[in-house]
Amino acid sequence: MEKDASKEMKVAKLCNGTVIDHIPSDKLFKVISLLGLENFNNQVTFGYNLDSKKISKKAIIKISDRFLQPEEVNKVAIIAPKAKIVMIRDYEVAEKIQLELPDEICGDVKCLNPKCITNNEPMKTRFVAINKAKGLFMCHYCERAVSTEEMLLKE
Amino acid sequence: MASEKSLVSISQYGKDKILSILDRAAQFEQNPNQKILDGKVVATLFFEPSTRTRLSFETAANRLGARVIGFSDASTSSTTKGETLKDTITIVANYADVIVMRHFIEGAARYASEISKVPIINAGDGANQHPTQTLLDLYSIRKTQGKLDNLKVAMVGDLKYGRTVHSLINALSHFNPTFKFISPKVLELPNAYKLFCDEKGIKYEETSELNEDAIADADILYMTRVQKERFTDLFEYEKVKNIYVLTNKLLEGTKDNLRILHPLPRVGEIADEVDQNPKAYYFQQAQNGLYARQAVICDLLGV
Repeated sequence: MEKDASKEMKVAKLCNGTVIDHIPSDKLFKVISLLGLENFNNQVTFGYNLDSKKISKKAIIKISDRFLQPEEVNKVAIIAPKAKIVMIRDYEVAEKIQLELPDEICGDVKCLNPKCITNNEPMKTRFVAINKAKGLFMCHYCERAVSTEEMLLKE
Repeated sequence: MASEKSLVSISQYGKDKILSILDRAAQFEQNPNQKILDGKVVATLFFEPSTRTRLSFETAANRLGARVIGFSDASTSSTTKGETLKDTITIVANYADVIVMRHFIEGAARYASEISKVPIINAGDGANQHPTQTLLDLYSIRKTQGKLDNLKVAMVGDLKYGRTVHSLINALSHFNPTFKFISPKVLELPNAYKLFCDEKGIKYEETSELNEDAIADADILYMTRVQKERFTDLFEYEKVKNIYVLTNKLLEGTKDNLRILHPLPRVGEIADEVDQNPKAYYFQQAQNGLYARQAVICDLLGV
């Protein structure tokens, strides 16, 4: 436990807010962008390329005074399905959140098919889960299958 | 407010719906000239030219007494001025009672159906869906075999990109088919459709040889064209374009009830000599499209 605590100290301890831990390092900036943290005014601290036993290099994000909504948690699940999310209140873990892929992903992900209508009209994308265990989704419009591994975020 | 009734993909239709559309189509074959759509306006919006499909839909509408508006080429529409599909569909939905649309962009019909207050009929959206083609294929199969259930269907050619093949597999899945998929390795059926067959308990075999043995027990031989426009590497296309040519000799050992279907246009995959073979059915098949489309238009208009 003590060892864990010393690692946690590499990133400032949080009073109230959300901690997203065990993010694969190469997914960190995607998660930041997905949650719109670039435009967030409260304190956000993150660690990058931290040592991890579970994954080769991990990242961690601590967001002050913001508690992720279920739909935001689902978004994180798309990019980093093995991440751990906890809500902190008064320096204590108030809630651990189980990540689960959503039934639908609307607006955040780009369709990989350049001939898809969503890449040719000003409109929202929409993907429907066809096999959550395998992380497979289908574009609601062009009906092409896409895995969460292949998904690209909309810019 | 989007219309709840549109035909975007054949997967929308279950067995009963398919059969009711085919029954209605059979009535139109008996009597194609019925002025039951007098006063209705059918719009045909062809953002991608397709003379055969457009004329079939327009004939269907005309024979039912409807009036037809629209365009046959996007270059004559305001799309060239940069108008969005959303705006075009919204405007046309104010004029017409039903919109038939073909688009080179995949998913265009689905999107249009979410915008339009009148029903949309998808007449082809890129490599994605073309449901009335599937309905005319089913109509042709039932007409020539007397049934849809328990048939042996051999599909030949481009099974990778051929949307008609994919949709027909989906639609026939309601009728306990046995498939034989005949294609070169580079154009074999995508895994998603094999998984679909597995999940539905549908029996199938795959082979890369089109020979007498491969089609000996088939009831339907569904030929397709290797589509040049789908290849990014034309060298790959040249290697496979003439890989299968159906001849009268190949048909000698086939069953008497076998009929040859092809969504057309064909290029070299069916020899001209086969046109006179009583087993050739592809031209009648195209004609059946008229009745199937009459049935779909009436169904969506609630007539």
